Amino acid sequence: MTEQAMTEQATPPAGGTPAPRDEAGEKVKIAVRNLDFFYGDFQALKNIDMDIPEGKVTAFIGPSGCGKSTVLRVFNRIYNLYPRQRASGEVLLDGKNILDDDVDINMLRARVGMVFQKPTPFPMSIFDNIAFGVKLHERLSAAQMEERVEWALRKAALWDEVKDILKRSGSALSGGQQQRLCIARAIAVKPEVLLLDEPTSALDPISTLKIEELINELKENYTIVIVTHNMQQAARVSDYTAFMYLGELVEFSDTATLFTNPREQRTQDYITGRFG
Amino acid sequence: MHIRTRRKIINAVNLTASVLTTALGLFFLAWLLWTLFAQGIAHINGALFTQDMPGPGSAGGGLRNAIVGSLLMTAVAVLIGAPLGILAGIYLSEFGRHARISHLVRFISDVLLSAPSIVIGVFVYEIMVAPLGGFSGWAGAVSLAILVVPVVVRTTENIMRLVPDAMREAAAALGAPRWKVINAVVLRAALSGVLTGVLLAVARIAGETAPLLFTALNNQFFSLNMNGPMANLPVTIFNFAMGPYDNWHDLAWAGALLITLAVLGLNIITRVLLRPRRK
Repeated sequence: MTEQAMTEQATPPAGGTPAPRDEAGEKVKIAVRNLDFFYGDFQALKNIDMDIPEGKVTAFIGPSGCGKSTVLRVFNRIYNLYPRQRASGEVLLDGKNILDDDVDINMLRARVGMVFQKPTPFPMSIFDNIAFGVKLHERLSAAQMEERVEWALRKAALWDEVKDILKRSGSALSGGQQQRLCIARAIAVKPEVLLLDEPTSALDPISTLKIEELINELKENYTIVIVTHNMQQAARVSDYTAFMYLGELVEFSDTATLFTNPREQRTQDYITGRFG
Repeated sequence: MHIRTRRKIINAVNLTASVLTTALGLFFLAWLLWTLFAQGIAHINGALFTQDMPGPGSAGGGLRNAIVGSLLMTAVAVLIGAPLGILAGIYLSEFGRHARISHLVRFISDVLLSAPSIVIGVFVYEIMVAPLGGFSGWAGAVSLAILVVPVVVRTTENIMRLVPDAMREAAAALGAPRWKVINAVVLRAALSGVLTGVLLAVARIAGETAPLLFTALNNQFFSLNMNGPMANLPVTIFNFAMGPYDNWHDLAWAGALLITLAVLGLNIITRVLLRPRRK
């Protein structure tokens, strides 16, 4: 994020209060406190409390309808697009509650990027797809924009495949390439957090593998939260895992512990396939 | 009788009935087109486009002023009606999908869509022709615009609703404000559909006679002045067909064929534009 873009955020002053740390001693990027969420009259999330550690990959697992995508969609307030959906509680991004009324939502979404389950390239060229997000927040010269687009495509492991066809429509790519395009599009804005909502569920195994390798590389610079239906993927890719069930957070711990030695019986039942 | 034989007979009867009724419908359509063609093609020549309407008793003549007048009024009608319709369609699709007022807007739009065009003509007479003291091309264009709006509203809303919400969310998730999501992403994805809606509206108003009877009337002479009565094809056909002169009848047939070909052409173009594209 550029300096100009940063000044409007309420980031804690450098050298001020020390950054909060969770039980494992990790720096906390997103702290969730008493989060409730409603689709109309239906309560989808019940009193969620969790800390998302910075610079790590956190996975949300659980059966369909448990609320894992809902939590993700609170983190960038994308639910605001729909009037019948509302959230209450606190979600602190670097200490500032993003559910407050005075938060600039577009700035929030520039800091917290999202990649959806279904790849959705915009009806424009590959280059313009990547540049779209960047143009919203920064003023770059043509040369700088080209650099940024190349950087984002390289990061998404797509550059070699598209460098000669940047002017072609985004929908001319295969499913796996389109999803990597969407990831490149999200990264180009240089967010701090990346939310991935079942990013590989619509893809073939080879594309899935490429994207999992990508996530591994990206976590050096980003905090990543990934929702996945695929427990094995969570085990492969994440450092921390949260198991959710019927709108509640059942267990949150580091991935190794959760999958080998979970505290809760329900977690044990889920990961051994007793229900799903 | 064996049940299978009975079924076969019922099958055959239904199939024959369907084919026959289709053939019947197509037959009348073919007859209509054939008649138009046969009567009109002989009189489509250069003079049609270069000479103005002949006065009573004059020989020959063409339809130049009527064609030009129709084109002018259609163009103005689209310039007025299409932006209104598109904006309303965008509102219905993007902002007011479930709002109370949207139900009202859609209802009114549907009523206007099937309103008898003569009623529209009389209405515009009341509000424009009577107060301003005379028939004019502007009044004609306004009455046609009122016919254009509901078509464009419907097609725009439908085509924009087809754009998946996932695309809107993806744009919003990058931090794009609402208007940018609509302009740069949704509208762009729906553009060919929206333009097709406009073309369909043009096809709709191409042959409308009744509204023009009370608003633009007709003009025997060539005129580009929209402040006075304006020549147009449909009313000309009406007048000439009822008139006593042979050359008038010929010109009426030619005019009818011309309008039919124009509408046919527009429909073909819209189908070509809307075909699923190889990416």
